[in-house]
Amino acid sequence: MFGPIISKAITTRANKTGSWRVDSKPKFLQKDCIACKMCVLICPEACVTGEGKNTYICDYEFCKGCGNCAAICPKKDIIMVKEETQ
Amino acid sequence: MTAETSKHLFGSGHTACAGCGQAIAARLVVDVTGKNTIIANNTGCLEVFSTKYPESAWGVPWIHSLFENAAAVASGVEAALKYLGTKDKITVISQAGDGGTADIGLQALSGMWERGHDILSVCYDNEAYMNTGIQRSGLTPFDTNTSTTPIGSQSAGNPRPKKPMPEIAVAHGLVYVATASVGYPRDIENKVKKAVSIKGPKYIQIHVPCPLGWRHDPQITYDIGKLAVETGLYPLIEYEYGKLTGVRKLSKIKPVEEYLKFQGRFKHILSSPEQIKQIQAIADSNIERYGLKVESVSAPQDKEAGPL
Ligand SMILES: Cc1ncc(C[n+]2csc(CCOP(=O)(O)OP(=O)(O)O)c2C)c(N)n1
Ligand code: SF4
Ligand code: SF4
Ligand SMILES: [Mg+2]
Repeated sequence: MFGPIISKAITTRANKTGSWRVDSKPKFLQKDCIACKMCVLICPEACVTGEGKNTYICDYEFCKGCGNCAAICPKKDIIMVKEETQ
Repeated sequence: MTAETSKHLFGSGHTACAGCGQAIAARLVVDVTGKNTIIANNTGCLEVFSTKYPESAWGVPWIHSLFENAAAVASGVEAALKYLGTKDKITVISQAGDGGTADIGLQALSGMWERGHDILSVCYDNEAYMNTGIQRSGLTPFDTNTSTTPIGSQSAGNPRPKKPMPEIAVAHGLVYVATASVGYPRDIENKVKKAVSIKGPKYIQIHVPCPLGWRHDPQITYDIGKLAVETGLYPLIEYEYGKLTGVRKLSKIKPVEEYLKFQGRFKHILSSPEQIKQIQAIADSNIERYGLKVESVSAPQDKEAGPL
């Protein structure tokens, strides 16, 4: 192939990587959240959003279930649950 | 959430392994430098998982050419922006893995630094050539089991210590040099902010745990990053204009086993007190050299906003 190959910005969103999850997914309890945003900062999939206390949530279309949001939450307000349950 | 409403400049849907430390760090870096950023990227996991053709995870102009030449490409971009008179409004980043930085890309990087380009170099240090199957690099730690330093009757893993890249950067006369870790995300943000506020060549080396290559549970990427710092094996330091100006002090320094025991790449060491001693000696020499220990109870401790 010759010349540059150009892709459009943030088009990886076509890949619904949520299908990669194997057995568990995070549950954002939204009870003791202090809005420190550490879950937003740590998520490798850039799929945690929220604004203010007890609003944070992830996009399960992209969440790979790695569990780092649960590991970093200082209030233990994110827990990993089995894939079938909500 | 749509791409339009997402505030990140590194988006979802990339194909990194679950729990990839490099995916965390790369997003933090570009989110700090903002939309007026141009990135040149060496070959490596980050390049591969963020730009599976025809897609891109990047929300800023991003260029890949070869494994070894991101620094040369970035140099050209910076020179062109200077000619156009727009350099002051645009941040140029040259980024790579540890292999791309410390080994194959070092020549281009050294040239870029020596010529004094106003560019931020970022090294995502996952301590081996991960994208091609965990081969040892110049930044692989002592005694690591990799595919080119396998353990056996004649080998305890990688026989060499990490190449002192931060010091090599300092020797080039860089305006700012720092180490960082995904175990301290706010610290990454602060260091990138500081780096881009200074004109000239700068280098940040970020420790990015790799669940696949280090053989640890993807859930503990963050904790593994923190443990490397807390044991003294990955000191977080800053140099400004050649002087050591910042050191993350530790109130309680953990023994190196606390870090080694969660990783398959060090499993062979755990049953050998002699090898653990040698790795502890590396941590001890870092602790001494950078003064990592908090001296008095009133001194500032290893706190960062958040759960530390
Ligand atoms: C000239 C050249 N040699 C070898 C390769 C094969 N190669 C692609 S990625 C890679 C490893 C990259 O390692 P590193 O820079 O540490 O990044 P990581 O994948 O670990 O993030 C290698 C050896 C290549 N693409 N080009
Ligand atoms: S489990 Fe991992 S991928 Fe899913 S939201 Fe948490 S940090 Fe992100
Ligand atoms: S091999 Fe390691 S660096 Fe590469 S995508 Fe997987 S976790 Fe990330
Ligand atoms: Mg690497």
